[in-house]
Amino acid sequence: MSSALEALLSQSVVVCCGSGGVGKTTTAAALAVEGARRGRRACVVTIDPAKRLADALGLASLTNVASEVKGPWEPPGSLSALMLDTKSTFDALIATYATSPSQARTILENPLYRNIAGALSGTQEYMAMEKLYELVAAASFDLIVVDTPPTRNALDFVDAPRRLTRFLDNRVFRLLMMPTRAYLKAVGLATQTFLRTVSRVVGSEVVADAVAFFQAFDGMEQGFRDRAAAVQELLRAPGTSFVLVTSPRRDAVEEATFFASRLRESAISVDGLIVNRLHPRFGADGAKGADRADGAVDGEGVLFDNLRDFEAIASREEQHFAALASRVAPAPVARVPFLADDVHDVEGLVEVGAHLFGGAPGPSAPG
Amino acid sequence: MEVSRFCSTARLLIVAGKGGVGKTTVTAALARAAARAGLSSLIVEVEGKSGIGAVFGRREVLSYEEVLLHPGGGPDGDADVRGRTLTPDDALLEYLEDHGMRRVSKRLAGSGALDVVSTAVPGIKDILVLGKVKQLERAAAADVIVLDAPAAGHAVTFLTSARGLLDAARVGPIRAQAADVVALLSDPARCQVLLVTLPEETPVNEVVETAFALEDRVGIKLGPVVVNGLYPPLPGLAEALSGAASVNGPVRAAAEFRLARERLQQEQVARLADVLPLPQLHLPFLFTPEVGPLELERMVDALVAQIEALPS
Repeated sequence: MSSALEALLSQSVVVCCGSGGVGKTTTAAALAVEGARRGRRACVVTIDPAKRLADALGLASLTNVASEVKGPWEPPGSLSALMLDTKSTFDALIATYATSPSQARTILENPLYRNIAGALSGTQEYMAMEKLYELVAAASFDLIVVDTPPTRNALDFVDAPRRLTRFLDNRVFRLLMMPTRAYLKAVGLATQTFLRTVSRVVGSEVVADAVAFFQAFDGMEQGFRDRAAAVQELLRAPGTSFVLVTSPRRDAVEEATFFASRLRESAISVDGLIVNRLHPRFGADGAKGADRADGAVDGEGVLFDNLRDFEAIASREEQHFAALASRVAPAPVARVPFLADDVHDVEGLVEVGAHLFGGAPGPSAPG
Repeated sequence: MEVSRFCSTARLLIVAGKGGVGKTTVTAALARAAARAGLSSLIVEVEGKSGIGAVFGRREVLSYEEVLLHPGGGPDGDADVRGRTLTPDDALLEYLEDHGMRRVSKRLAGSGALDVVSTAVPGIKDILVLGKVKQLERAAAADVIVLDAPAAGHAVTFLTSARGLLDAARVGPIRAQAADVVALLSDPARCQVLLVTLPEETPVNEVVETAFALEDRVGIKLGPVVVNGLYPPLPGLAEALSGAASVNGPVRAAAEFRLARERLQQEQVARLADVLPLPQLHLPFLFTPEVGPLELERMVDALVAQIEALPS
């Protein structure tokens, strides 16, 4: 059943999306681990792994360079991992498109640029995709699995390149760079009022920094636009798959449903649905269990009450994501139960992989 | 401690936590607990996409206009619970309009120039949202204002950006606004933060980190930590399991699963108590993936009992 996910492992790129707290990072790492176990040279790009998982993957700090992780890989398979460093990815991009080292330096030192690299909404998403593009271009890996930032706008990466180019093309600030006379003619009264107010409210340095930034950036827009287009193309390439990761909680399922429709609008299809943190089912004889509860020996009734609690939650969870599953059909659905403890080593990831690709043992007590 | 006292320690209660820990449910439960104690409450959410409406059995998401989520005024003496959203964009537009930019603010919002400004001054959006919250607090918009803070690591940024701006900002109205927000956040008589977490390893680690960051960087007063999703004790389960050697199959497996998970949860609760010296409020796992009006009232019952068990 869940082995239908196997098709993912022969893709070149798998992007995992979903809201925060649903085990997205772990899922991404488990997919890459399974790829490596099947002889693929796999790389996982993580955004913000929990500390112990990061340690297990050799990611003690932000490393923009993939480092190899040891494990039971099937030759020539290998696993590498990297943790996205938004700022240095962006810096590298600036260096690539700057026409001279001095242009690059001017931009990198501009306060507005530093804020764009650190705080502009969508930058992290964009840089995740940029990093992905670089890795694909370098062709050192067969399978690249990407985790996405846990923002409520986790799908921003689809639009992020466009949003950034729009930011860079900003009309109001472009106008400021025109020679004075043309500027006065072109800038409407509203814009002048606006800029005056901005200066008054946040200080004139802010406006000065912005103008300096747009001046320094002059001439690089085309390179950025081309690159953004190439990234968009990569996301829609046949070798790229998107996987939705969710938990069965209502809010997570709603978010995933929203992602599914956003992806469809962007002409990107969903090739898998992974539901984490499911309560286990303890077997099909639930009805029998309920029968026995009536005639249960004194004190044993609680055992059947407990089983009923779990049967109730398991079926309600199943109902909860059934609509989502049919919405993304024919994409396969994989179910991963609540795991005993946090996953923080390669063995744990292999276990998650077993749930994703079949071969997992039935529900067992944790601990 | 009486619920009315707990809820009126500070007018503003900020509920913060990572995604998936049940922050929205806790927000709603706090508001209802206050309302049951006769205090009117206003829920403010800041992301424009919260499930608050659904918890109260409404289909629509909250809007900038305040709505009545749960009417009080019945014979039981409950007060109203109202709710509204307050997104940075709304707050920015309102701010600009208040500062004589009514005519042009909307058009410029469309041109993307505001993106440039909020990028040039990171944190400005947070300041505007919190500035508006401060305005609601000063105007006593309700007896209790419950703010559903942004999820994930953003909660820390959200609450620390005022301090950051105050240190960095150069001049003018924004600096004044930031100063007002810092004054609000660091005054325990006006504002308290309740952190929400799950009894699991990573959520516990993260809530501890958040707690220290907020205390160190904002000097904010932390209320009790809410630990959500604890398996409610089933009295006699362990004894029944060891006494019923003949019970096998699913019945046994389910009991073993629950007991083992309860043990893991208790370990995490104990670890949290060890590293974070704050009182804890424990909320039960309800064996349902969704929280609607019925489940909410069960949560409120549990929350009220936990608050009443706190020392005065």
